[in-house]
Amino acid sequence: MERKLLTYEEKDTWIDKLCGVTKLVFFLCWSVTSMMTYDTRILVLMLVLSLIIFKISRTRWDQVGSVFKFILLFLIINLLAIYLFSPAEGVKIYGTETVLAGSGRYALRAEQLFYEFNIMLKYFTVVPSIFIFIVTTNPSEFAASMNRVGISYKAGYSVAIALRYIPDIQADFRKIRNAQMARGIEMSKKGKLVDRIKSTTAIIFPLVFSSMGRIETISTAMELRSFGKHRKRTWYMARPLKRNDYLVIAISVLFMIVALTITYMDGSRFYNPFV
Amino acid sequence: MKNNKFTIQQVVAAGIGTALFVVLTETQIPVVIVPNTALQVRAALLAFLSAVYGPVVGGIVGLLGHALGDAFFYGSVWWSWVVPDAVFGILVGLFVKQYKIREGGFGGKEIAIFNVIQIVANAIAWVLCAPVLDILIYAEPANKVFGQGAVAFICNAIMIAVLGTLLCFAYSKIMTKTSSLQKEE
Repeated sequence: MERKLLTYEEKDTWIDKLCGVTKLVFFLCWSVTSMMTYDTRILVLMLVLSLIIFKISRTRWDQVGSVFKFILLFLIINLLAIYLFSPAEGVKIYGTETVLAGSGRYALRAEQLFYEFNIMLKYFTVVPSIFIFIVTTNPSEFAASMNRVGISYKAGYSVAIALRYIPDIQADFRKIRNAQMARGIEMSKKGKLVDRIKSTTAIIFPLVFSSMGRIETISTAMELRSFGKHRKRTWYMARPLKRNDYLVIAISVLFMIVALTITYMDGSRFYNPFV
Repeated sequence: MKNNKFTIQQVVAAGIGTALFVVLTETQIPVVIVPNTALQVRAALLAFLSAVYGPVVGGIVGLLGHALGDAFFYGSVWWSWVVPDAVFGILVGLFVKQYKIREGGFGGKEIAIFNVIQIVANAIAWVLCAPVLDILIYAEPANKVFGQGAVAFICNAIMIAVLGTLLCFAYSKIMTKTSSLQKEE
């Protein structure tokens, strides 16, 4: 838990001033596009665009650096695993075989390299958009603006509670862990598997049960204030959608449609440079 | 405060549950054999919350918790693994009446029901749902994703069978038995 979490930080950019929901729409369009397409041209374009937006949002490296290094590690493991399990997946997809070096099952093929390069691009196009989304969106404002797009305010309130209590529960987690360590329970990564499961249990039980108590307290307090009595409620942090919001939403949706049309125009989601 | 409505307690449970799920994202014990899979404590938490509060809370905690946890810790959201968690939460939650946890009646028979359901739900989520989504979304090699899915299934099933059952049992113990109070005539 020592690794730094991504958190919101107020900055005075136009991206900051957009509604939470606008950014959510952008983020969803963006990830849907990047999930669906395997068209290298579109992925490269998206990567360039997301780097530009990343620059505009004035996100600093130290806000996201440690998380980024972790993603990189994860990505490398994943790419190696794909190669290990299926070294000729690219040949299956692109229909040609160009052996660059070696022979047999694990021969290095140009198609495989290109396929894995595309997977890497897919990762890199989504990552900046998530970074931007998290570091530029005020959690309370986000929950408030969910209600605006027709999501029930009760669901919005669940989200608000979740975002509000993550730091509290993290603090609880640390307290409980320190207390258990003080009682001599091995918490480091050196312990045996069984010991580690036991020591994890020693944290989970107090944490879960204190949280169950918290649920009771909060729901009682909300009930006393007649939460859910009316079909509508107002939000202190709500912001109206402005011109920029409509613009960004329109552009995001348009981009998704155009990108997917280009991707599927030749009947396949893959861009094939080998034929 | 009856059944199908989204009650205040469910609203709060979904919120706090999601926060817990996110915090526990990093509490996992890595399994060396297959990359990017681990014994996840949060799986046991999800099973427990779904069994106590039902499918709505289970679905929200699975979906939102996994998406937020991924985003906050890893800066990336793997939708193909987020959806199965939601599916799992909903499936386990659907049988909420059978476990009798809040009524203080989580005993031998209920433990058996809970475990059968969690294993079936796990199989549907991880052996079926996750690999199929991985192939559809990321076009990853079939043998790799089914391998990962199978490992995730086994890890989660074990974790929930041990820690999930214990959580349900302990929580049920501190709840008052429904039969301990009688209505005055």
